[in-house]
Amino acid sequence: MGKHVLLVEDEVNIIEAMQFLLSREGWQVDTHSDGATAVGKVRDMRPDLVVLDYMLPGKNGIDILTELRADPEFERLPILMLTARGQSRDRDQAERAGVSRFMTKPFSNTEVITAVRDLVQLAQ
Amino acid sequence: MARDALTGSRIRERRAMGGLKQSDLARQVGISASYLNLIEHNRRRIGGKLLLDIASVLNVEPTALSEGAEAALIASLQEAAQRARLDESESDRAEEFAGRFPGWADALAAAHRRIADLERTVETLSDRLAHDPELAASVHEVLSTAASIRSTASILAEDKTITDDWRDRFHANIDADSRRLADSSKALVGFLDAETGEAAPSSSPQEEVAQFLAAHGFGFAALEAGEADIKAVVTDAPDLGSAQSKLLAHTVLARLVQDSESVAMADLQTALAEVGPDVIALAARFSVGVPLMMRRLAAVPGIEAGLVVADRAGSLLFRKDVEGFTIPRHGAACPLWPLFQVMGQPGQVIRSRVEMPTRDGAVFDCLAAAEPVGPMALNVPPLLEATMLVLPVPDDATRGNPVVEQVGPACHICPRSGCPGRREPSILSDGFGDF
Repeated sequence: MGKHVLLVEDEVNIIEAMQFLLSREGWQVDTHSDGATAVGKVRDMRPDLVVLDYMLPGKNGIDILTELRADPEFERLPILMLTARGQSRDRDQAERAGVSRFMTKPFSNTEVITAVRDLVQLAQ
Repeated sequence: MARDALTGSRIRERRAMGGLKQSDLARQVGISASYLNLIEHNRRRIGGKLLLDIASVLNVEPTALSEGAEAALIASLQEAAQRARLDESESDRAEEFAGRFPGWADALAAAHRRIADLERTVETLSDRLAHDPELAASVHEVLSTAASIRSTASILAEDKTITDDWRDRFHANIDADSRRLADSSKALVGFLDAETGEAAPSSSPQEEVAQFLAAHGFGFAALEAGEADIKAVVTDAPDLGSAQSKLLAHTVLARLVQDSESVAMADLQTALAEVGPDVIALAARFSVGVPLMMRRLAAVPGIEAGLVVADRAGSLLFRKDVEGFTIPRHGAACPLWPLFQVMGQPGQVIRSRVEMPTRDGAVFDCLAAAEPVGPMALNVPPLLEATMLVLPVPDDATRGNPVVEQVGPACHICPRSGCPGRREPSILSDGFGDF
């Protein structure tokens, strides 16, 4: 079994494409679409990496990120943020909150896969 | 260098501007050319009678020579120099520059102020766009959909081993996303069009009704002639997408039909040909109220007239645009409009000539009147409705007439400065200098 990725995203078709891509690369992929319960999902599943959307129903990606980083157990968890909010202040905000990598939509599949590989390797 | 120490430079500059030789000026004021030369190079102080004489010959106020340019001008020039990162030695010569080249100095200072104002305006607009929830939602939708399409299309293009099931699913996703992208792009364009004042999709029932009425040229001859049914007209109208807009349009059209029963269009046109657009005379001729006559006049085909109806809270219930008189799509209108003055004097008709802050200063005659509406009840104040007819005034009729009120469309899109009625800064003014 490969590494475990949790994809927190509310766009159904992006979920399908990402799920296909990551599975094809040998990852075990779980998905979650609700921001309000995303932190609990991470605590339950303990993934090797989280791909996190910024704008989610219930709670936004920055708040989720901040909450996870406040927990010593997830202090070093690789978190890749994929977002349509690509302004510099959004990036700054995400970096201050402790994001591992920040990528803007629309993204290239190759870049996402490469980022996921790099982040997991760095965490090992 | 002190400002009064540059009097000589200003004399030299003014003399040169007037094409006067140094020797001629010296002779006219009774001094030697060499002494004047010393004065002009600020090597001799000058004042008293000699300064008055030189000013008289140069045909300028003595203070223009002794005091030079105003402090505000100097301050603007120094600020411009700092923004341009000139050396301090250059910045210190601002007054000398203003004294020697007053016209250029004014132009430079004005350009500097204009740039600063525009920068503030751009900052404000950028801030509004960055924080506008509607725009943010539209952009997010477009980018998210584009991300989905790009990712899915890449998989289809690059993965030759994909199963039929996955291929079919991705094709369906792309199909759905492409339609979604088309819709969200249209919404985005609509939003931006609305920001620039161009035609945009309706955003409220009132907007839908306004578009519906404009599409019909505010005329419904078949309804007035009893040849069409209000409900059918409203139901078939493509501009009226919501139940609320249909209800509002029904109310507007019902009133139009009711008005036409009192003043038939053919009769009104006959009367117009006889007495012209004199609202009071026409109302008396047909024995109807002035607000009703205003509504009928605004409905005459081909007549250039705007109409605004508002309630006591200032909400615009009806609007018919006329070129040059901007009626705001959103928010409150200019509080200086006669429309709002009549709210405190129901039954009185006010006529006022107003000027809009358009490039050519469009002038309009506004007639306004307020009247109670709705059922009367004991000890209950009546609801009020104010109506204003807006008639463009030809250019030649406005010349030499000082009694023109300065009004605007609405504060947020009005460039007038120093207006006592201003409630909020304008995005169109010279920045927000008044604030």
